[in-house]
Parts: sequence; structure tokens; C-alpha cells
Amino acid sequence: MADIPLIRNFDAGAAFAFRNRRPVRVEEFLGEVRRLADLLPDRHYVVNLCSDRYQFTVGLCAALLRRQVNLLPPNVTPDLLKRLSLEYPDAYCLSDGAVQPPLPIETFHYRQTGSTVSASVPHISEEQIAVIGFTSGSTGQPMPNPKSWGALAKSGLAEFERLGVAAYRNMSVLGTVPQQHSYGLESTVLMVMQGGLAMHAGRPFFPSDICAELNALPRPRGLVTTPVHLRVLLAEASELPSVDFLLCATAPLSPQLAIEAETRFAAPLHEIYGCTEAGQIAARRPTQTQEWRTLPGVSLHADEKGTWVRGHVEREVLLADVIELRGRNAFLLHGRTADLVNIAGKRTSLAHLNFHLNSIEGVRDGAFVMPEEDDGTVTRLTAFVVAPGLAGETIMAALRERIDPAFLPRPLCFVEALPRNETGKLSRVAVEDLVTRLAAKVG
Amino acid sequence: MNEPAMKETLSNKALTAEELKLAELIVSSLNLETQAAEIDPTAPLYGEGMGLDSIDILEVALAVSKAYGVKLRSDDELNRKIFNSLRSLNEHIQQHRVK
Repeated sequence: MADIPLIRNFDAGAAFAFRNRRPVRVEEFLGEVRRLADLLPDRHYVVNLCSDRYQFTVGLCAALLRRQVNLLPPNVTPDLLKRLSLEYPDAYCLSDGAVQPPLPIETFHYRQTGSTVSASVPHISEEQIAVIGFTSGSTGQPMPNPKSWGALAKSGLAEFERLGVAAYRNMSVLGTVPQQHSYGLESTVLMVMQGGLAMHAGRPFFPSDICAELNALPRPRGLVTTPVHLRVLLAEASELPSVDFLLCATAPLSPQLAIEAETRFAAPLHEIYGCTEAGQIAARRPTQTQEWRTLPGVSLHADEKGTWVRGHVEREVLLADVIELRGRNAFLLHGRTADLVNIAGKRTSLAHLNFHLNSIEGVRDGAFVMPEEDDGTVTRLTAFVVAPGLAGETIMAALRERIDPAFLPRPLCFVEALPRNETGKLSRVAVEDLVTRLAAKVG
Repeated sequence: MNEPAMKETLSNKALTAEELKLAELIVSSLNLETQAAEIDPTAPLYGEGMGLDSIDILEVALAVSKAYGVKLRSDDELNRKIFNSLRSLNEHIQQHRVK
């Protein structure tokens, strides 16, 4: 059992964060962690609700020093918080004021003071459970996924190495994703802590905000975002700030969006593949290759149940995706197992079909749906597409070139937008709702 | 409720021509089933009321930017107020529109 430093790769006097456009130095961050650690109530579990990314990180680290486990729910609905307080009766909430717990639950209110500094970096046992993330529910009930400090720290360092971020020394990182989610935690908090980077404390929302905040960060600077934000950013902003590094995850990125982003930002765009259960698994640069390469310390193997990942978490995790292995460290992703479709004996996955739909020039967004029908006839797929200016015939002709005729959509429905959730995912419920609404319109 | 007060309430809930245009833009950009003319201009846009979420708001912001040339900002102190209702959003747009 070894200890791993809380942060590493920082230069003396370097900025750890940018908060309200001002740098917070590493010494100030470490002083704040020690100050808060002294103040936290004596409990085992803390629900870290801090919406300021820097204060969240101080809270995470202060809890580590006190051997408290950070609970990171995917949302703060009353229902989920109630479930958590039943499951973890001694849990309290840590809030920086922006998000209030929707239930009467003991809450520690935290505001950073910046009054203390510390130069010594604490070391934490790699076996200590640091966080429990919860799966977001598209694959069932929320399930706890505990992660040790060792798993988190190694994952942050592995991402830093695999994405070549060392080339952008002291890069400042702006995220549009919440730090309570697996991707946000890894790419905007842990990679910063382990890679000697600097985090933007906020989470700008509108394209104008993102551009203004990026412009205010020193270079090199990177943007950690999702396909949803990237699309809106490219569509709205006429002048984009220069960035050195782009990172995207949570949902597949269309090939033309990836090309447009790289061209207009003049920066490489990397994609991360992972899941809450196993953490981040692999990365790729989609303009160069469709093949995913695993992060250092992560390997895959397949058996009759599917593909297993052995990585930074302690146990092996069975992936809910269709994966075509190309060795232990490279693979192609063909979508979720739950997305498998079988039409007249021919098998494919919705994600695979979606990939082809979204690769058509002029298609902004699109998704195939398997309608719930059982009248004895062969059920055909429905496709929803956002493609202003494209004719249905053009899309069908392009699809015919790409997919088996059995999977051609009947019907192909044009919509203004797909009901994606905050992380860019299209839930089964939202899709069914769209199907029902369209059926009502037709009827 | 006496009669003048009731009239006041009714006229508050009626859409102006500008508000109707904005309502139509929101309905079409979000593919809502609601009829634009039926939207209560005083109801909250977020959550309850119109039931929009943050991704919807992002789409609305994009549509507003294209149609009116108004780029919405959330570090604007008034942001919460702007998204209070269709009416407050429309007021903000009319004050800042360049198209």
C-alpha cells in the first residue's frame, strides 16, 4: 500500500485555478484544503454539491484528508438525495451556496477565504475510498460505484499522459461539464491535480460566456466539453477564441462536427470513452482515426459475456458496449449492447446506424429508434434527423450507400432538435416521448 | 375579485405581437407540441411552467442569436430575471436587438 500525493507536476508559485478571473496559487489551494479539513463535521460521507469547480476540489481534498467519502450523485433531485440519506445515514451536504439541497438535510456551507497558505503537499493512501459515483440511470437504477484515491489519481495521470497534455505545460482548463460527473471529475479536476494544470473555477453556459472566459485564460488553454455544447458554440460564435486543446465526451461526436471544431479552433480535438463504473477507458482523435486506444494501465479482454475492462478501479467491469477488439489496447466501438437491433435476422446496433446517419453531409444530429410494435409484421426503424436544407431523398440515398437496406428508416422524420439531456445523451424515455408526440401529430 | 382587477389579470396573460413571435421561435426551435399562442407570457421558462431544461435554454439562445442578433450571457446580473418568463426574455431581446 502506497501513498499518492494530492497534487503533482506543479511549478512553485504556479496557478492552481482561475476564479473570477484571478489566479489562485497552489499554496493558497493547499492552505484552503487544510483549513476546510479542520472545519468539516465528523462524519463518514459528504455529498459534495459545490458548483464552483475550485471550491468543489477544495471540498473533495479536505474530505480526503479527513478520510470522508465524497458522494457524487448525477443530479440533486429530492428523490435521489432521499435515497442517498437512507443509504448513507450519516451523510451531510457540502454546499457553496449556489446549489441548495432540495431536502432538509444537514448542510455545511463553505466559502473560501484565501486566508491561509501551505507549501506541503498531503499524501493520501491509494486504498482509501475517495468518491462514490452513481450511474446515471439509462441502464437501470442508480448504482454506487466506489473509487479509491489510487484509482482516481492514476486515472488523472493516465489521461494527462495519453492525451499528450504534458506538451502544454501549465495549461489552463475550462470545462462546460459538471465536476460531479465522472467525465468532469476526471478531465477538469483529477487531470488538473495530477498534471500540474490550472482549472477554471466556473462552468460557463452560453456560447458568449464560454468564449469570454476562454479569452480571459492564459495560454496554453484547453476546452473540456460535450457534443451539445460544441455544436451550439460552433453555430453561434462568429469569432472563436484560440485554444490549444479540445476534449469531448459523453456522446458520439459526428465526424463533420469534429472536423469543423478542429478547423475553426485550430486545435486538436480528442475524445474520451469511459463509463461511471470503470472510469475513463480510452481516447482517440476522431479526425485521424476511428480506433480507440486505451489509457496507460487499462486493458480489455473479451469472453462469451462481452468485453471486460481491467483498469484503474479494483474490479473488472463488463462494458455495456459492442466492442471490436484490435489487440489488448485498441478497439472500435459499435454502440451499446442494449442498442442491438435485429430486423429480419440481420443484426446491428442503433449507435452504429446513428454513426452513419450523422456522417451524412448536412445532417446536424440524428438518431435511429426501434419502435415498440408487435403486430406480427417486421418492425422497421424510425429515424429522427435534424438537417435543415436537406431533402429526405438525399438522406435516404446516402443511407442506402452506408447501411443494409433492412435498416433503412421507415419513416425518416425531420425535427428541429433531438431531446438530448444535459450530458448530450438521448434517453429511452425522451425518445419514446418524441415518438408519441409525432404519432399524435400524424393522427 | 372585482371586475377591473380581473381585466388586469387577463390582459397580463395576453401575448403581444412581439411575444407571440418569440413564442413561435421557441416552439419551433424546441419542437414543442404547445401552440405558441397558448403560452402564458408570465409563466417561468425553466422547470415548471414551460418545462424547459438547460439544453433547451441553450437551443433558445442559439435561435435568439440568429433571429435577433442578441447573444445571451449568463454572467449578466440580470440573467435570472431574463429567463423568468417569456415576457422578461422578450423585453431583454427588444432592448438589445440588432436585427
